[in-house]
Amino acid sequence: MATAIEVQNLSKEYGPLRAVDGISFRVRVGEVFAFLGPNGAGKTTTVEILEGLRRATGGSVSVLGLDPWSDAYRLHLRIGVIPQDFRFFEKITPREAVQYYGSLFHTKPDPDELLSRVQLSDKASSRFDTLSGGQKQKLGLALALTNDPETCFLDEPTTGLDPTARRAIWRVIRTLKSEGRTVFLTTHYLEEAEVLADQVAIIHHGRIIAAGTPNEIITAHGRPGRLRFQAPPALAEYLRARLGLTVVSMDSRVDVELREKTDALRVLSAVEASGLPWQNFTTVQDTLEDVFVRLVGEMDDGALKSEADG
Amino acid sequence: MRLGRITADLKIVVRSYLRNPVALFFSLIFPIILIGLFGLIFSATGNSAVPLTVLNLDHNSPVSVQYLAELNNTTFVKVQVVNWNASGFASQLGRNGDPVGLVIPSGFEASYLAHRPVNVTVYTNLADAASSGEVLGAVQGVSSFFNLHASNGSAIIGITQQHVGSQVYTYIDYLIPGLIGFSILTSPMFSMVDIAASYRKEGIFRELSLTPLTRSEWLTSHILWYVALTFVTAGIMIGAGVELFGAHVTISLGLVPFLIAGPLLFVSLGMLAGSVAKTPESAALIGNIITFPMMFLSGTFFQVSLFPPALQSFAHILPLYYVIDGMDQVMLFANTTRALFDVLGVFAAAIVVFLLAVRFFKWRDE
Repeated sequence: MATAIEVQNLSKEYGPLRAVDGISFRVRVGEVFAFLGPNGAGKTTTVEILEGLRRATGGSVSVLGLDPWSDAYRLHLRIGVIPQDFRFFEKITPREAVQYYGSLFHTKPDPDELLSRVQLSDKASSRFDTLSGGQKQKLGLALALTNDPETCFLDEPTTGLDPTARRAIWRVIRTLKSEGRTVFLTTHYLEEAEVLADQVAIIHHGRIIAAGTPNEIITAHGRPGRLRFQAPPALAEYLRARLGLTVVSMDSRVDVELREKTDALRVLSAVEASGLPWQNFTTVQDTLEDVFVRLVGEMDDGALKSEADG
Repeated sequence: MRLGRITADLKIVVRSYLRNPVALFFSLIFPIILIGLFGLIFSATGNSAVPLTVLNLDHNSPVSVQYLAELNNTTFVKVQVVNWNASGFASQLGRNGDPVGLVIPSGFEASYLAHRPVNVTVYTNLADAASSGEVLGAVQGVSSFFNLHASNGSAIIGITQQHVGSQVYTYIDYLIPGLIGFSILTSPMFSMVDIAASYRKEGIFRELSLTPLTRSEWLTSHILWYVALTFVTAGIMIGAGVELFGAHVTISLGLVPFLIAGPLLFVSLGMLAGSVAKTPESAALIGNIITFPMMFLSGTFFQVSLFPPALQSFAHILPLYYVIDGMDQVMLFANTTRALFDVLGVFAAAIVVFLLAVRFFKWRDE
């Protein structure tokens, strides 16, 4: 598959602060790439370098085969960008805004069609300063599509939005992917990445700490799967003594960690054989969010510990 | 530069402006208020006669009454006869706040008819030199006329009054080019400084940088709008000045280059000031430091020729001085050569500042 974005050893310094510290990754044409990280991790700096809005301090960046800083004008004809907290001229309506961008890009978008795509038709004639946060983001999305972009950059597009507005934006992102466009998405909503992304990279303190498909990251960094049921602590004791697996009991909940697929059958047989009461049997798998919280937490704990030791 | 993009951006600028009531007030209503206010203040002092309080101790003799009638006829003073006590006249004037007084002594008519010297007394107020001067002049003039008449003489040297320029100019005539200049300066300067700083803070320049619109196209659309606005404002000011105060100004094509070069200069200067500032607050400060001296010292409200020499030299380095002086030459004195010199200077400054503004005004950060 062709490459849309190629980043090699990218770094960005603001005075003594190293916001991005030698990161590398590749985004293929047509995939949704989620760039995750806590606040201040270096997400926005990275995406702004990719968009040609900031100059990198070191490393190399190529977007659609162009250098974003020196070829910004040509690049901007081919990409669409929605920044965090999209702002526009206060007295201008969404319909006028789409016409304006259409004239600037010399494209002839149908404002009504484009606004209906982002579910903003009912506000087409309302001034920007009367729109809600979600409606403003939707307009940002519509404007990012006026030039029919090959690659879309969405920087935390759903931050602060209610669940309905968030899902509306997700639908648009899925449509973009189905149309063959590449989507570079930064977010700190892990669920968003898990639902939408083909590939994920997690950045923390300017470095990538995990990368791959959501499943690959969960497999590589998550805990093993678990069987969970409601049962008295006596059952936990019983299983621990017979199976040689890690069994955790808390209140009336028992979790048994599975090392191999066949362990599940052994656990169920042992539970049945115990004659003790049990109910609500479920399997539990780490989510991307569990992995993210653990990875980021471990790094921060490690940093605190080495600071204390030092 | 592409005309299509400039036109598209111009539409956004115009819509934003026309939908902003504060901006509309300052461009359409404020000029009328300015003309009205200054017109009223200065046309009032120009036309009114100085009130002259008179104590006639000659018991309204025919000669004294005629003398006072002649004083009134000068139109410089308006005689008000009182019946105060002669000894307390000066202090009574002070208590009443009357600026000037005149006492005609007892026996004034008898002395005059007998050709014996007689003095009238004029009370002046040092704090109101202008009124005192006018009254003294009027009293001296009327007294000389009576003296000449008494000795059966006739005037040898007469006076014909002429005014500066080709016709009679009043303060309002000078005020119109001054206030058009005021508006050419303040309207774009204040808006552009604010736009430069706030669009950067809100990320709107960042949005625009992701489109094919260039900085010079963006600046050009704003210049075009302020040129159009300047034509409207100038029209309103000239109309209000002529209709309300009977101003005499010449409206000719010679005015057009100033109404273009002025906004070109000050839109660019506002953008430059807003671009070099780091925050909206410091941008406003820089804007005010540039705007205020120019607002008062370029001949907007008062003629630069009335300033002390040092201030006149300072005025000559302010670009607005050449805008206003040029419009004075076109609208009042029909002095094409000097107007041409002024407009070329303003255009040269405008082009330099425009290029500097494009150079320093950044869409994106390093």
